[in-house]
Amino acid sequence: MSEWYKLVDMVLPFDWGQYVFMKNALLAVLVIAPVYAVLGTMVVSNRMAFFTDVLGHSALAGIAIGVVCGIQDPVGPMITMAVILAVLVNVFKGLTRASTDTVLGVFMAFMVALGITILSRQGGFVKYTKYLIGDILAVSPNEITWLVVMFFVVLIYWCVAGNALLLTSVNSSLARSRRIKVFLLETSFTILLAIVVMLSIRLVGVLIINSLLVLPAAASRNFARNTRAYTLWAVVFSLMSGVAGLIASYYWGTATGATIVLFSVGCYVFSVAAGRLLSGALKTSG
Amino acid sequence: MLSQNNPSSVVAGDSCRHCCIRIQDLTVCLGGNTILNGVNLHVHCGDVLAIVGPNGAGKTTLLRAILGEVPYRGSLSSLIGGVERRRPRIGYVPQKLHFDPDSPVSVADLVMAATSRRPVWWGIGNQALARVKAILKVFAADNLVARRVGELSGGELQRVLLAIAMTAEPELLLLDEPSSGVDVKGLELFYQLVRDLKKQHDISVILVTHDVAGILAYVDRIVLLDHSIITESSPKEFLSDVRGS
Repeated sequence: MSEWYKLVDMVLPFDWGQYVFMKNALLAVLVIAPVYAVLGTMVVSNRMAFFTDVLGHSALAGIAIGVVCGIQDPVGPMITMAVILAVLVNVFKGLTRASTDTVLGVFMAFMVALGITILSRQGGFVKYTKYLIGDILAVSPNEITWLVVMFFVVLIYWCVAGNALLLTSVNSSLARSRRIKVFLLETSFTILLAIVVMLSIRLVGVLIINSLLVLPAAASRNFARNTRAYTLWAVVFSLMSGVAGLIASYYWGTATGATIVLFSVGCYVFSVAAGRLLSGALKTSG
Repeated sequence: MLSQNNPSSVVAGDSCRHCCIRIQDLTVCLGGNTILNGVNLHVHCGDVLAIVGPNGAGKTTLLRAILGEVPYRGSLSSLIGGVERRRPRIGYVPQKLHFDPDSPVSVADLVMAATSRRPVWWGIGNQALARVKAILKVFAADNLVARRVGELSGGELQRVLLAIAMTAEPELLLLDEPSSGVDVKGLELFYQLVRDLKKQHDISVILVTHDVAGILAYVDRIVLLDHSIITESSPKEFLSDVRGS
């Protein structure tokens, strides 16, 4: 970490850059922003935005179960709960005729209600509100190490399974005809999502984690014309809004996660306008 | 045989082999209902078999069973050069794609995702692009390489999907309602390509359609399906049966 601190001191000699917590937070943002952007491209393409929202909210149930079991660090129970949820949703999708949204709605209601019921015993919910809005400024070097591991796991997964995920998102029968094991693929993707969301929920919070996944990809989609541009622009938007939001939150004294989301929304609005201009130009030249 | 690495073999192909696809006593029960009951089909290589029938007759379920998407009783096997295999290599051309037309997926992305391990999101190099174009050229679709998949007409999409299906070096080609959303000219070109393929590659083709009139000139046999096989006849016999009734 000391090398990173020296680098920030050298390259970013600003007021906000002198604090260790800001240097840590900046590194955390630089690591998780591309991960969120890349996973978000598939979340948006597969219309899984509600699923990831449910995943985020399932953190409450995970924390509650951790409290009941007397576990100090709730990350373990949160990940376990989210992975179980991810697998169950995939299994239920195949078993029930109800729409996926309905199944997800039932899971979300159960997870949130279970979490709040347990955590609110004797008026104790206030101490858990930090999980709702998150605090990336409190990120520890140990957590950053985990985020870096997560970054490389996602990178390797995307290299190995990216094409299969793309083909499955286009047509699952077509993917099966190419001998892709669709259930295993979709389940592994949702498990990966569950782990990523849970590892970073303390940093960005239950309420806005979904926005960080969805907005960069949604913005990129407004003008990208192929998969490479889609991924690249999602990463660019995610990094831009992440860094800008972090710095702005320092000067404004606001919650970092929410400020980052505001910048992401700005990117989305910009992309809508840019997309319209681009499609207009293409029609004119075509 | 087609070669994934050598798209030119899509037109080169092997000479005729003694082979066939056999579906024996195929039965599918879903949710307590018998959708297909004791279906027997024998498709020789180089034959195009059309499956027609009313809505809800089990046509799509038959394709899903062949693709291994629904559980079934019975067997599906291929006989190639005297060697029997339990699961033939299948090329599948779906009726439509279940995705947003605005999706940022180009035709080159789709072909690469289906035929290569190199991650598409990393970008497509010149060499890979040349290979994609060669695959598409056989199906008069190389000019579509940079287009978004959602922008293609029905006929263009069918040709791209056919090109992708053929890279799997299939022993059995499944075509699901190819006439859906395709104009007459596009459909004619599509069926001509299928006819060329079956001649050059000696593959078995099963075509599910409700457009009986449009396929008569291109198929070898027509099966009327309504949960089980009602009739199996040549196009000529099918036509005279229809006129007679």
